Amino acid sequence: MPEEFALRFIIGGLTVSAFAIIGDVLKPKSFAGLFGAAPSVALAGLALLIFTKGGFYAAAEARSMAAGAVAFCLYTACASWWMMRRNVAAPVAAAALIPLWFAAAVGLWFIALR
Amino acid sequence: MLVHADLSALRRTRWHEYLVRFLFGGAITAATGWVGHEWGPGVAGLFLAFPAIFPAAATLIEAHEKRRKHDLGLRGTRRGREAAALDASGAARGSSGLLVFGLLVWWLIPDHSAALVLGIATGLWLVTATLGWKARHLGHRFSPKRRSGRAL
Repeated sequence: MPEEFALRFIIGGLTVSAFAIIGDVLKPKSFAGLFGAAPSVALAGLALLIFTKGGFYAAAEARSMAAGAVAFCLYTACASWWMMRRNVAAPVAAAALIPLWFAAAVGLWFIALR
Repeated sequence: MLVHADLSALRRTRWHEYLVRFLFGGAITAATGWVGHEWGPGVAGLFLAFPAIFPAAATLIEAHEKRRKHDLGLRGTRRGREAAALDASGAARGSSGLLVFGLLVWWLIPDHSAALVLGIATGLWLVTATLGWKARHLGHRFSPKRRSGRAL
């Protein structure tokens, strides 16, 4: 089990870093932002999951990911509005809105997918 | 607006900024595994769409824009936040691709090769996200409220 978490940590870190670097170099910034919504954690997590627990287990996680994606859209739309219209600093907006993502994701999953 | 790569952005990023993103991404991926172990795949799947890249990316964009304006003798606070807000707006559009990725993997993975499904889902993520961005760009182009200004 610790080996699996260590492997997840390394592969997840590398995947997230790779997508983040692609987003760094691309312009305009609105296009680069697409890479902020890259399936980096999903690629790393699902690839490992398929090999350790099989396709059906991975499919169950991918189904819930849909609720997380809708919550992600709400999170980033609110962050954009907050920074642009209320002049809030990026780290403050990004951190303060994480509970919103969590509440929306769990709420959607509870209502539609549980 | 033409999409292009500006490799000088890599030089502006400091080594600890790369490290923070590696540690954060690794921690979220490992945590998703732990959540799955404790609460099952239904709850763990939510974390596959956790904003792992966006917080650090937006923070870096704001800092880099401010630094650039400082070098020109300006404060750059407002400009930095606008650049981060644009990045967030792009990420919101990209989330449609994230949704397509999840649904496609859910549908195809039980009966098909993992590499094939993940490859197709990643390709469709990029196509869907780019179409969402392009639609917004075209809408802006034909908007009567369109204002001129240099692209960030």
